[in-house]
Amino acid sequence: MTQYLNFEKPLAEIEGKAEELRAMARQNEEMDVEQEAKALDKKASDLLVELYKSLTPWRKCQVARHPERPHCQDYISALFTEFTPLAGDRNFAEDDAVMGGLARFNDQPVMVIGHEKGNDTKSRIERNFGMARPEGYRKAIRLMEMADKFGLPIITLVDTPGAYPGKGAEERGQSEAIARSTEKCLQVRVPLISVVIGEGGSGGAVAFATANRVAMLEHSVYSVISPEGCASILWKDAEKMREAAEALRLTAQDLAQLGVNDRIIREPMGGAHRDRDAAIKSVGAAISEMLAELAKLSGDKLVQQRRKKFLDLGSKGLAA
Amino acid sequence: MNWITNYVRPRINSIFSRREVPENLWTKCDECGTMLFHRELAENLNVCTHCDHHMGITPRARFEALFDGGIFVDVKVPAPIADPLHFKDQKKYPDRMKAAQKKTGEKEAMLVAEGEIGRTPVICAAQDFSFMGGSMGMYVGNAIIAAAQRAVDLKRPLILFSAAGGARMQEGILSLMQMPRTTVAIQMLKEANLPYIVVLTHPTTGGVTASYAMLGDVQIAEPNALICFAGPRVIEQTIREKLPEGFQRAEYLLDHGMLDRVTSRTKMREELIGIVRMLMGLPPAITGELPKPDDMPAIEKPKNTPSK
Ligand SMILES: [Zn+2]
Repeated sequence: MTQYLNFEKPLAEIEGKAEELRAMARQNEEMDVEQEAKALDKKASDLLVELYKSLTPWRKCQVARHPERPHCQDYISALFTEFTPLAGDRNFAEDDAVMGGLARFNDQPVMVIGHEKGNDTKSRIERNFGMARPEGYRKAIRLMEMADKFGLPIITLVDTPGAYPGKGAEERGQSEAIARSTEKCLQVRVPLISVVIGEGGSGGAVAFATANRVAMLEHSVYSVISPEGCASILWKDAEKMREAAEALRLTAQDLAQLGVNDRIIREPMGGAHRDRDAAIKSVGAAISEMLAELAKLSGDKLVQQRRKKFLDLGSKGLAA
Repeated sequence: MNWITNYVRPRINSIFSRREVPENLWTKCDECGTMLFHRELAENLNVCTHCDHHMGITPRARFEALFDGGIFVDVKVPAPIADPLHFKDQKKYPDRMKAAQKKTGEKEAMLVAEGEIGRTPVICAAQDFSFMGGSMGMYVGNAIIAAAQRAVDLKRPLILFSAAGGARMQEGILSLMQMPRTTVAIQMLKEANLPYIVVLTHPTTGGVTASYAMLGDVQIAEPNALICFAGPRVIEQTIREKLPEGFQRAEYLLDHGMLDRVTSRTKMREELIGIVRMLMGLPPAITGELPKPDDMPAIEKPKNTPSK
């Protein structure tokens, strides 16, 4: 059963009615509801198109955070073979908010690393809602180093509300871990590509997304601060998240204009969660194209390209 | 410091046309409440003479005390696009900028300068917490890149004094992108084998801590400086418990292995000279009176003298 977002309530009603009619018909063979149900289907799909044609930034945030949206684990199991998770930072702990390991993508050995939010209460708690601690970043650094050593391209999947704001995380050097992870991204001499699949939350996202190619799913977001956080600081009112989301320009479309992401991956109508297989397939196609774009570049060129890409950012603003 | 006090000081003072500190004003220490003579406090680098509490200090005041004879030349920082996102919260971003410029007399939240400390040529960058909370936006990123570039060109060490509430939200993602941008700058220094010393001052938080402020060869902090990624209030809200005394303060970080040293501002200059000279393989610094140099350094009027 689909979980509806707040702004999808009218849609929920129509789809619910169609479902009800069909359920009634199943009970009573005399009834012929198909025509009526089909009309409702049509109405629902028209409304869906209407709603998703021009999602406001705040609505995009909600779609990006949708609990049924495909997560890192879903992409890894559908797009990669022989996934071999590698655990631990070799210093303190394993961090389940970050998945990573060796895998094959179209048979090519690669390193895949990503944030995993979990998909039910138990796994969400285990995964700490995708909020990594220093150990998560340090594990990623270790895996990136391994990939660099053995010449494996690195693919990162970004989906985090941000790095975990906890006591232990701070004591064990959350800032340093993020800074070193970003630094490692800039050093590796292998192709590094990143896909923002849901939420790109601040420094916790940068630590993985400082890549040669950055792609964003159509309804994913990437921001310096959450709209709620921004609203409570600048508006002194966390309820002003709609205004904050608008002002922050955190959508894939605005960010592409600023040169932050190189491509936008189309989502199925109504968001990735409405047709997970199609969304995953599109991401696979984009990864494969991006890998091909980088395949011929030498280690030096890859490092140079990455540095230049980030140094040049900000040379264009948004059109007035 | 004979030749400096007698010869250079008067010239410098006339050139920089510093805002004169009124003789008869008092400042109350926000920590111990002692009333401190304004001039005395300024001479002690805004450190309370009674309780050693470190108050904020502007980059210019810091540099005047840090560089030999107070001589330094501003390093030019390329101006970024103003208001790239057309950001508006309760105020427009350009209005906030104007107010900050008026308040501080500075262009932006970071000052970069070149000069000598203990006869050691260095590049220094300092973040200005009084300018929109020192926040890191395009300009601060450009300043760090310019500082690193200048250090590489002149083969000098870079000393960076951080102070910031974090990223400049009004520049949205472009402020976040200063994390990788400044990291590239620090890599340029490292590849040139030049020392990069970070002095973390109160407060250094958020994306600033999670990028250039944590990548120094040597990490020093001023006493009691708040240094963190997530602020104490956010953490208390998340974990719903009281944080221990001194949590995320410089001494706490030192205990947890995150810093090399905690050093009083009044001892910082001497310490920086020593560290930088050792890392650069130079002989020990001359202590006491400095001999008069063969040629007086050319004193140029800096390009970015604050408009008054
Ligand atoms: Zn005091």
